[in-house]
Amino acid sequence: MVRLGAFLVGLFMAGWLLISAGFTTYEMITDPAEKPVEYQFALHPKEVSFAHDGLFGKYDNQQLQRGFKVYKEVCAACHSLNQIAFRNFAEIGYSEEQVKAIAKDWPTQVPSINPDTGEAATRPGLPTDKIPSPYPNETAARAANNNALPPDLSLITKARHNGPAYVYSLLTGYTDPATFKNEEGKPLPKEAYPGPGLSFNPYFPNLNIAMAQPLASDGQVTYDDGTKSTVSQMAKDVSAFLTWTAEPKMNQRKQAGWAALIFLIVFTGLAWMSYKQIWADKRS
Amino acid sequence: MSVEWAQEYKPGSPFMQWMDERLPIPRIIYNAIGGGYEVPRNFNWLYNFGVLAGFALMVQIITGIVLAMHYNSQIDSAFNSVEHIMRNVNGGWFLRYVHMNGASFFFIVVYIHIFRGLYYGSYKAPREMVWLLGVVIFLLMMATAFMGYVLPWGQMSFWGAQVITGFFSAIPLVGEPLRQWLLGGFAPDQAALTRFFSLHYLLPFVILGVIILHIWALHIPGSNNPTGLPVKTKEDTVPFHPYYTAKDGVGLGVFLIIFVAVAFFLPNALGHPDNYIPANPLSTPAHIVPEWYFWPFYAILRAFTVDFFFIEAKLLGVLAMFGSIALLFFLPWLDTSPVRSGNYRPLFKKFFWFGLIPCIIVLGYCGVMPAEGIYILLGQLASAYYFAHFLIILPIISRIEKTLPMPASITEAVTGKPALAAA
Repeated sequence: MVRLGAFLVGLFMAGWLLISAGFTTYEMITDPAEKPVEYQFALHPKEVSFAHDGLFGKYDNQQLQRGFKVYKEVCAACHSLNQIAFRNFAEIGYSEEQVKAIAKDWPTQVPSINPDTGEAATRPGLPTDKIPSPYPNETAARAANNNALPPDLSLITKARHNGPAYVYSLLTGYTDPATFKNEEGKPLPKEAYPGPGLSFNPYFPNLNIAMAQPLASDGQVTYDDGTKSTVSQMAKDVSAFLTWTAEPKMNQRKQAGWAALIFLIVFTGLAWMSYKQIWADKRS
Repeated sequence: MSVEWAQEYKPGSPFMQWMDERLPIPRIIYNAIGGGYEVPRNFNWLYNFGVLAGFALMVQIITGIVLAMHYNSQIDSAFNSVEHIMRNVNGGWFLRYVHMNGASFFFIVVYIHIFRGLYYGSYKAPREMVWLLGVVIFLLMMATAFMGYVLPWGQMSFWGAQVITGFFSAIPLVGEPLRQWLLGGFAPDQAALTRFFSLHYLLPFVILGVIILHIWALHIPGSNNPTGLPVKTKEDTVPFHPYYTAKDGVGLGVFLIIFVAVAFFLPNALGHPDNYIPANPLSTPAHIVPEWYFWPFYAILRAFTVDFFFIEAKLLGVLAMFGSIALLFFLPWLDTSPVRSGNYRPLFKKFFWFGLIPCIIVLGYCGVMPAEGIYILLGQLASAYYFAHFLIILPIISRIEKTLPMPASITEAVTGKPALAAA
């Protein structure tokens, strides 16, 4: 009975799936879906390498500090970084005094209340504060940005495929839609040109992005350590910085990983030897 | 297996003697996983995976309990509380990455365990109950993993919950009310998150309970082995301890090396980037995909694109997806071949390696790709094979197949010489 029932169910399932497969094939032949223009023209992120790549890579604090400066002077005008507190900057090599100064001088103040009247007020930041958002709320952010919402950047490099390279490519990828050709050499169709308030960027999945080119010219940010601030250098540094904001414990993680691996390799070696010894009389 | 040559527990001290007379837990342990449990001597490395699965569950329970101390199941703060664990809790990043990747490794280990059972016929008499309980554990694992994935309340959490609870709305008449009742609302929201958290904490302990039954049921007939032959003489077996505790130690070491390599050096490789975006009910991700361990089932769900008269394609897909697991409950009665091990079944072996395994791989691939054109077609063909394999092919080949000659005993299979007479 079980086998008869199973046979009938199996016949129905397999049969109906094969018939459906026939329909699918028919549709694929008669109505081949053309890939949307975004798929034809969007590019994969550029190759870019960082000090923190690989099994032994560690963050380069100099680079993170440069990237922080780019964030502070360029990105922070629109993008929040709400998972990061000022005190966290001590982890990338700033001293306690520097952290206090960064918090105090931050362009946006921290929402507070007037201690006498209880009315809404603001006060300078403290190291324990999270970095305040440039906008008080989403509506304000959209109102200031042509109805687009600048995403929070704390986790952006983990929230995109190949995140650090994506951020770098996006920042350096603004190009003229009129001269752009995709990998097959096709020019961009007119209907995919950016609308008002949008910019063309083939590294953005939608092709047209509401963010105007943020890093437009070399020397836009003056680096304290003398590194030449080309657009590519600034983009790379801010990508490194945003990798750190998304994964601040990476150095500790890799270190602990190596300790765990070495321990486990020794453990497994010992386990293998005791296994061999215990089984010595059972193999022939 | 309780055989007459199994060693008897002897208390090692007056205290253990006293204990043994009042609450014989050490005796039970000795007879279950110690020197008192006789096991076939010819296990290969695939037989490590039961112990590894148990270990993976314990890792999930221990890390999970600590994570729950820091997690907040309010929709406004769930996402941030996970980031708080990653950034501010001492060792929090370690706990979370181990838990997150631990779920994947639990499934890897359990899938190998299941396919080992499928290949060596471990589901056949007298071990049907072991198999049935195993399928129950698998279902509970899937429910637990799904609800756990919702907890960080990222984009994939939310939209995964939306899609999976949507299955219930395919049921005629009661579907939509049932879905709303399960979710506590029209869409995943606070009520859903809180109950998922509660159940995600509960179910692992239910799994633990069913595992105890699984092992209990296993210890009555004893373990199967790569020959599929029953144990006949003392020479066929070795005591679990020290022989298999030593072997499991090696397996555990290798497992942990791979696990640690992924959890510490590629912690997000098995996850989806969209889950680092906070849940937003107003913005649907371009492609909603479940975690990798659900891909084959997701492909079966999406393979049904054509209504069958009055039955909607969506309902068929949901039935097929649940059916693809439910059919495993009938497996012991579908495969009637008296020979257990695939090693001695030439036809079975061919269909296993060239049919079932590629079919599952294709299904997994189609499950992660977008539901369009060729991926739908491949998914339909692979799904058709999946059902045909278990429901049609297996019953037929177990009738017509001419099996290979088998060794007379486990010992002969190992040594190549006939077993000595039982001592």
